[in-house]
Amino acid sequence: MSFFDLNGTLKPLTALKQFGKTPHTISYPKESKEAADRYRGFHYNDLDECIGCGNCSTICQNAAIDMIHIDGYDGKKGDSGLRPRIDNGRCCWCALCVEVCPTGSLSLTKDYLYVSEDPDSFLWTPGKDNPEGEKQISFFSTEETSLNVFNRVPMPELEGKDRVKSFAEVVLGYNEAEARAEASRCISCGLCTEVCPEHMHIPEYINAIAAGNDADAVRIIYDNNPLPEMCGKVCTRRCEDVCAIATRGEALAIRWLKRYATETAATADITREIVNPEIKEANGKTVGIIGAGPSGLTAAYYLALRGYDVTIYEASAKAGGATMYGIPKYRLPIESLDKQIDYIKSIGVKINFNTKVGKDISFKEIYDKFDAVFMGVGFPDAWSLGIDGEDAKGSMQAFRYLYMINSGDKVDIGDKVIVVGGGNVAIDAARVARRFGAEVTILYRRRVQDMPADWEEIEGAEAEGVHIIPQGIPIKVHKDEKGRVKAIEYLKAKMVPDPKGGRPKPVAIEGSNTIIEATSVMAAIGQMGDYSFLEKEFEDKIKIERGRFIVNEKQQTGDPKVFAGGDAVNRTADAISAIADGFRACKAIDEMLSK
Amino acid sequence: MREKATTLYIGPQHPGITGNMMVKVKVEGDTIVKARTEVGYLHRAFEKLQESRNWLQSFTLLCRFCVPEPDPVEESYARAVELLEGREVPERAKYIRVLMLELARMGAYMLWFGGQNASLGLYTMGQWSVGDRNYILDLFEELTGGRIYHMYIWPGGVRRDLPEGFADKVLRTMDYLEKRLKDYDDLMFENTIFQKRTQGVGVISKEKAVEWGVVGPVLRGCGIKSDIRIDDPYEVYDKLDFIVPTHEGGDIWSRALVRRQEIRQSIRIIRQVIEKMPSGEYYNRIPNPFKWTLPKGDAYARTESVRGEVGMYIVSDGSTHPRRTHFRGAAYVHGITLLENILVGENVADVSAIMNSLGVCPPEIER
Repeated sequence: MSFFDLNGTLKPLTALKQFGKTPHTISYPKESKEAADRYRGFHYNDLDECIGCGNCSTICQNAAIDMIHIDGYDGKKGDSGLRPRIDNGRCCWCALCVEVCPTGSLSLTKDYLYVSEDPDSFLWTPGKDNPEGEKQISFFSTEETSLNVFNRVPMPELEGKDRVKSFAEVVLGYNEAEARAEASRCISCGLCTEVCPEHMHIPEYINAIAAGNDADAVRIIYDNNPLPEMCGKVCTRRCEDVCAIATRGEALAIRWLKRYATETAATADITREIVNPEIKEANGKTVGIIGAGPSGLTAAYYLALRGYDVTIYEASAKAGGATMYGIPKYRLPIESLDKQIDYIKSIGVKINFNTKVGKDISFKEIYDKFDAVFMGVGFPDAWSLGIDGEDAKGSMQAFRYLYMINSGDKVDIGDKVIVVGGGNVAIDAARVARRFGAEVTILYRRRVQDMPADWEEIEGAEAEGVHIIPQGIPIKVHKDEKGRVKAIEYLKAKMVPDPKGGRPKPVAIEGSNTIIEATSVMAAIGQMGDYSFLEKEFEDKIKIERGRFIVNEKQQTGDPKVFAGGDAVNRTADAISAIADGFRACKAIDEMLSK
Repeated sequence: MREKATTLYIGPQHPGITGNMMVKVKVEGDTIVKARTEVGYLHRAFEKLQESRNWLQSFTLLCRFCVPEPDPVEESYARAVELLEGREVPERAKYIRVLMLELARMGAYMLWFGGQNASLGLYTMGQWSVGDRNYILDLFEELTGGRIYHMYIWPGGVRRDLPEGFADKVLRTMDYLEKRLKDYDDLMFENTIFQKRTQGVGVISKEKAVEWGVVGPVLRGCGIKSDIRIDDPYEVYDKLDFIVPTHEGGDIWSRALVRRQEIRQSIRIIRQVIEKMPSGEYYNRIPNPFKWTLPKGDAYARTESVRGEVGMYIVSDGSTHPRRTHFRGAAYVHGITLLENILVGENVADVSAIMNSLGVCPPEIER
């Protein structure tokens, strides 16, 4: 190669032609560059949509997100009340937080420029500190792109037409693969634990199921619930109402997963072997419990584990209370309940059946005999409709009807049954009557969507051929000449919004009287307590207001030695609240007696 | 009389070094008699960090293995996970991945043009090519939401589908860049200074290249045809028509020519990808990332990057987190074994030119 290469010297000079070109660059700050439509810039959070589940914070490996309480902002019912705060000094804008946000409230924006000398100012609570971000949202998740699994593993069930032929359990339960798949949808946010009256360790046992450790799941569940299989079948599951996944999809089947785990322990002996409970040495103290319902059994089980000598007095022939006598067997088979009660008995809990306090034994006797007393007496009576002709033959209480059927008695209901009410008892009575071949109609004052019954129960009833007449207010039961129920007369109702923001109220439409034929009428509009077993001296001390015992946060009544729980105390009146009451009472009794 | 030896420290903040590493050279006069690579300025323990992150969280670290061209690392990790899990990837996603990989290849080469020329004191070229690279970054921004860290190719496919009108934009950018190649040639390859500074400098013999485990454009610059895209095709490279350029010589010049020709091949590939890309799904969704486990076992996937073969080895104990990950990067060989050897006997002024020609990416050495 020669020293001087003409071509090689001149060619680079062609670069001079670039002088005539418009530059690529923009002159900042006169102009600013608009980011792309999908740009991953600063965060924005729709505070009202966010539920504070903290999933964003969990996925972030830069520790750039922490969950904080915003002054003056408490969130909404069922959420954690916390909202994410981003440390923009740590964030790497990977947007995994966006991809795992179950609500879709968290997104990234086109905003990317922020300059400050103050390092603390890099901490932003998106949505609060940058409300303008709403208009700049660029990277967001949809149901299609989200990494949450929104669809529930369907629960195998008997066909509607097969169901009404017997009392066989309708819900068949998950098999192992289905349970693992369903459990693996959980994001472990723990909102469910907060709302569960008993604060069960839901994410923990779901994690165990997802990881294939069913025995661990059973142990975790028994940590604070001695009747988990019952809850796994019939719990009112408020946990599922607040499930983070339910904001855009179907809630985790928390109830069915608990059912799956507990069913892997097929007998009381196997349960005992798996749970392997640590039973403390007898401490010589005694506790008397009135009522073998969920609250009484719970208090009994955990007190027995702590070394107390526990005796339960139960008026009926079997334990379980409303879960034994109020819930139809196609939802909670008797064997399942027996298994759980056998296990509780195996810990050393004594149950005196067919012993009605106030009749077979006085309350005072129990009060004097034991160091502490717990009352889980439930609501044994039902409200009547208070309308003409209710005394007719064939007019009855749905609650009573269920009790008799579950006790093995025969009840003559004829072939046309009207159930009045919209709660779980109404649906249960209706579905039981269907199983005896009757044509069943539910008459409810409000709309179907207002029914307090579990939506799955309503769907189940409809699938089994139960007819629902919404917005109907019964006014009279017509009798035939023999005094039997002949028909029911009702008025149609219109829904009037509540000015205070509550549920709309049904108001009867004058002249809309409708009569339907019936052979029996069942009232299912609520139950009430019966406290006649209390002697006068106790009735004064143990305060009762509006049909319920008054207790403090430790379930303690006006008499420091007497504790109470269950339907006779709490307004929610479901099994899990009763269990929570029993558990709280156990801790309080233990605290009191070990002083 | 033998001149007295002096030790010089080049880097870790020397502008001619392609990142935070140092070359310690012993020189006699202008001639290097011994060279040692010093790394450790950039160690972030990525492989170890991945063990405490779940399979999805690990993914956000990957683009940081090599900043100028992050996508091959993302791709090899995604493919290793898919291999181990047996997860199918939709055909469309494979085409989008190839599009990403080739855009990244072009972008990285254009950045390298800047570095290589700057190491010789030729700064105009860098301004042109890095400026043109911005058009590729614009495409990345539109497709992935990020210009540099794309975090886009992940197990199961890609994160988002192509936005509307994106394909046309890619083709327009390709047309523009293709036209610009002539300008690059005039400024760089036809430039006497560039020729004289690169021809016969930093020579690697064919035999030594094989012995030292040299890969990628550096190996192809020694006249050996080797490219994972052809030798062990992944994604949809077997359905695309392109050639692998090679050049005899083994010097900086040959390596530069190989890269220059590969840009044209990338443009060819991208045009085919746009033409052949099927419609349909772009992502085979993974399960809930917090509960996502991979079967027990291990997997290795390798990808052709601008530095040569990169590969991700993953080991799973059946849990939600990797038991071990190991990243194999070409820079480890090129930046240490190779660089230390070929610097001996070279002029001290050529150190950064030689280093740049090897495409060393220090963050890749220190995972």
